[in-house]
Order: sequence, then C-alpha cells, then structure tokens
Amino acid sequence: MQNKVLMKGNEAIAEAAIIAGCRHYFGYPITPQTEVAAYMAKKMPKIGGTFLQAESEIAAINMVYGVASAGLRVMTSSSSPGISLKSEGLSYLAGADLPAFVVNVQRGGPGLGGIQPSQSDYFQATKGGGHGDYRMIVLAPASVEEMASLTVKGFELADKYRMTSMILADGTMGQMMEPVDLENLKVSKAPEKPWATTGTKMQRKHNIINSLYLKPEELEKGNIERYERYKIVEENEAMYEEYLMDDAEICVVAFGIAARVSKNAINEARSRGIKVGLIRPITLWPFPKAPFDKAKEHIKTFISTELSMGQMIEDVKLATDCKANYVLCNRVGGMIPSPEEVLEQIIKQNGGNK
Amino acid sequence: MVVFDRPHSLIDVPLHYCPGCTHGIVHRLVAETIDELGIEGKTIGIAPVGCSVMAYDYFNCDMIEAAHGRAPAVATGVKRANPENIVFTYQGDGDLASIGMAETVHAAARNENITVIFINNAIYGMTGGQMAPTSLPGQVTQTSPYGRDTKACGFPIKVCEMLKELDGAEYIERVAVNNVKNVKNAKKAIKKAFENQINNKGFSLIEVISSCPTNWGLTPQNALKWIDEKMIPYYPLGVYKDRSKDKE
Repeated sequence: MQNKVLMKGNEAIAEAAIIAGCRHYFGYPITPQTEVAAYMAKKMPKIGGTFLQAESEIAAINMVYGVASAGLRVMTSSSSPGISLKSEGLSYLAGADLPAFVVNVQRGGPGLGGIQPSQSDYFQATKGGGHGDYRMIVLAPASVEEMASLTVKGFELADKYRMTSMILADGTMGQMMEPVDLENLKVSKAPEKPWATTGTKMQRKHNIINSLYLKPEELEKGNIERYERYKIVEENEAMYEEYLMDDAEICVVAFGIAARVSKNAINEARSRGIKVGLIRPITLWPFPKAPFDKAKEHIKTFISTELSMGQMIEDVKLATDCKANYVLCNRVGGMIPSPEEVLEQIIKQNGGNK
Repeated sequence: MVVFDRPHSLIDVPLHYCPGCTHGIVHRLVAETIDELGIEGKTIGIAPVGCSVMAYDYFNCDMIEAAHGRAPAVATGVKRANPENIVFTYQGDGDLASIGMAETVHAAARNENITVIFINNAIYGMTGGQMAPTSLPGQVTQTSPYGRDTKACGFPIKVCEMLKELDGAEYIERVAVNNVKNVKNAKKAIKKAFENQINNKGFSLIEVISSCPTNWGLTPQNALKWIDEKMIPYYPLGVYKDRSKDKE
C-alpha cells in the first residue's frame, strides 16, 4: 500500500513511459492531454532524454517515425483533432512496420468539438484513421492504474509486433487522480532490432525504412504478411474484464469511464435482483472475441454504453453474430451518462421491472 | 591507377532519372562527400517524395523514406535518437518549400544538427510537371498552362533568402550544377554542410539549382542554358548565411 502515489492519469502515462524505457517524447499542445507533455518537459532533460515540442502534430509523429527508425522506444500524445493530423504518420508507421506508442486522450468532436471527455474516436482508432490496410493495437484504460500498466504493455506490444499501439483514453481518465503503484510495474527488455537505421558501420548491407512499393505484387505481399501478423495479435493479445457475467441475461458492454459508470449501475440493478453483467474490452483492437462467444449463448440484450453516437456497438454486433437485441446507451459532446441513466436502460431492458 | 571511379557510397545500379536531369550529379557530389569524410558507416539519409523518392536504393548508407515534406522532422528524430549519426535529407522544391515548409523552417529555427540538400528545379517532376512553389513568374507548367500568373498564384519562394533571417540556421548557400565551375562550387558547399554537422555546428541547407529538361520541354543542353538565363537571375547563387563567418 505504501508504494502507491496519487497521480493524474496523464502523468501516470508519462511516468510509466519513462519506466518502460522511453527517452524520446514529441508533442504539440492540446487539451486535455497537456499534462503528459508538461511531465515529460520536466523529467526528460534530467534523465538524458529528449522532450521536444514540435511545430505541429504532423511534425511530432514524423519525429516519432525517425526515432522508431533508429530502433528506440518513442512516443507522442495528443487529443482527437491532433490525432487526425497524426493519422498520416500512423499510416506511414504501419507501412514501414515501425513500433511506436501513441496516446489519444479523447475530447468531443467532430471538428474542433469541445474539450470534455469523449469516446468518439473509436472508429478512427480501431478501423483506420490513416489510409491503407493497417491496424493498430488499441488499449482502453479504465483507471489511473491501467493508464500506467497499459502504457508499459503498449511499448512491449509495439516492439513485439512492429506496430503502433495506442492508448485510447478519454478526458476523464487523463484528468482524474487515483492512487497508482508504479514501483511494481514490470518491464520486459526491448527486443533486438537488426532492421533499425543506425548506420551500417561498413559491416552490413544498408537498411532501408520504407513504405513505397511500386510493384503491385510486392505491395500485395507486404500487406498479406502484415495481416498474418495481425492475426497472431488477434489470437494472443485480446484483453477484457468480465463482471457478474455467469448468470447474466443482460450484458452491458463498455470501456473506459463508461465502464466505471456502468459498474455502479450494474451493482444497483443486481441489488434489485436484475441479472445483469458487464464485459469491458481492454483491447479495442483486437476486439475480444472470447467473452462474447460465451455471452451470446445466454444474453438476450446487449447494452453498449458509449460516449459516442454508437461506434463500438457495431463490433458488439459482429462479435455476437447480430442475433441478440442491441441497445445503445450513450451521451456525446463531452457529456457522460450517469449511473442512473444506465440503470434506467437496464431496467427498461428487463421489461421495466424495478 | 584509378583516376575516376564511382563513389563507394553510391550503389552501382542504373538511376531512374531522365536524360539530362541533374539529380545524378548531385547524388554523386553527396556520395563523394560521404566517401571523403569517411562517414558512410554512420550516415543516415532521408529520401523525400518526388523524383528522388527512390534515393534510398542509390545510397549505400542506411536510408529512410519519409512522407511528403516530412524529411526534416524524421531527420530530427533520427539525430535526437543517435547524435553520433550523420543525418542528411535530400528534398525537392515541392517537398521542401511547399508541403514541408513548416518542417523546414522549424528545423532551421531549432538549428537542428542536420544537413539538408534542397533540389530546386522549379517544377514537380515526378507527377508530370506541375507548378512548384519555386516556378518562375510566367513559367508554363501543366497547372499553369498560360504561364505562372503572379496575380492568381503569387510569387516564387526564395528559400535561402527566407531562412537566412532565422537566428537558428548555421549555414545557407545556393549553388547550381549547370557547368563545371558551378559543380565544383556545389561540391565545396555540400562538403561544408556535412562538415558543419560533424563539428556540431547545426543546421546547414544547400539549395541546388537543377534542371528538368523533360518537364521544362527543353533539350538537356538548353535546360542548362535556361538555368543561366532564367533561374540564376531570379535565384542568385552564393552564401546567404555562414555563422562561422559572422563570428569572425
């Protein structure tokens, strides 16, 4: 217990990144993730690292591309409009098979939107954002503790699969303070990166970091190989939490702050005898299949609780063959559903029985 | 006795450039410099998007292909990751002075310790001859078919003149490669730009006035003449900034 310190979610990400061995951070100011950059600006010069405020999000992600090419652990963080700008770079990182770690502390959109919490970049994170066939590993923390642990995990997965991994948090996760135990974070050693451009030392053929393949056969081959790697990620890296699912007839699906709110509602519903449980995807890509394979056998209604107009609900339907009832329980634009609103929806789906 | 040979840091493959294009000359000057300074083993080159997009297949050192205009940002990352590496970007006028202008200006303002080779041939070559930020007033291109109208699309950007005003930049010079004398000067400038980096002096940019016979619609010989008659009067050659001289 005495190892726990009280931290903001954004600061926990920054400190966990340093613990994970990240010594290069590039960013551009945007609310509500500013604390990540502020923390790095203070800390990096003292540990021989690089903090650089880039001229734009586009420059920042390309600086990330440079450090990743050199084979070092590197990150950038931003919020929704900034991630749109970084999306060009995310596509190039994928095309060049470079490992990188990116944080999106989401705010309401579209456009300039607002600065309050949102989950409306789910599609952007899990289905693309940038151009071309590619995937990112998308991690959705629901506590400050997870902001830290999933950051470490993010760096490790990025290195393991030569992919970008992204923390998809919402403004709440970034801003709220909770006790977090950083001393017990386990970090595995980064793998060897013989492909990195660190200079030939006149001892090997030159390495090339590139995403251009003018021969369509070669480009096709690269894409197919990449998707074989993605399949391994899907089979091995899906993470989720199940809560009171064994006898549930109604299943709430939610991640991040929506999952915390939903848990409160589920506890209240359970005290009233309603058989309701929660599936909380921790990886949004790969979207966890296993809990839904089980759930679709006995769940009549899935309630997708989201801070969006209904984005994750599409994956819930796909994961359960579209055979149940699906209900969206949402608030958007920076609004967060209250436990009462979620409870009301649970009661409604239970036939109105309170 | 060998009196003339291919530089070791230039790979022995046919280049894809058009006949009369001066990219080949500039590639050679960069490669000779890398050889003479003995830095091939620790040099990282960043290729642009444009005609020289496949430069990564021509240089023997480690190479990175950047997104359009982002080479100075990528170079910043590479250099910050391993400051002992020698990092150069090789960019055309569309890449550097249009889509990548912000990255160029800010890398210079930060005095990022990198070397930038900037090929100015006043046109987008790879996509078939569109108007570039450096196309001359009145210049006919695919997207300025009646000649560049400065009322509608403004004036060319003079990169050296602009960057020399930045306190950050160490060394800014404009050269050309249209005759033997100019090529020799270009070589000297490029070598100095690499030496500056080795000596931790900071940001060096060499603008190389180059030819594009294919998209200018000229023979190679007339293209070299056009550089003397049209390009150099608008883009005067010379050292625009040399902080080592300022200090003296």
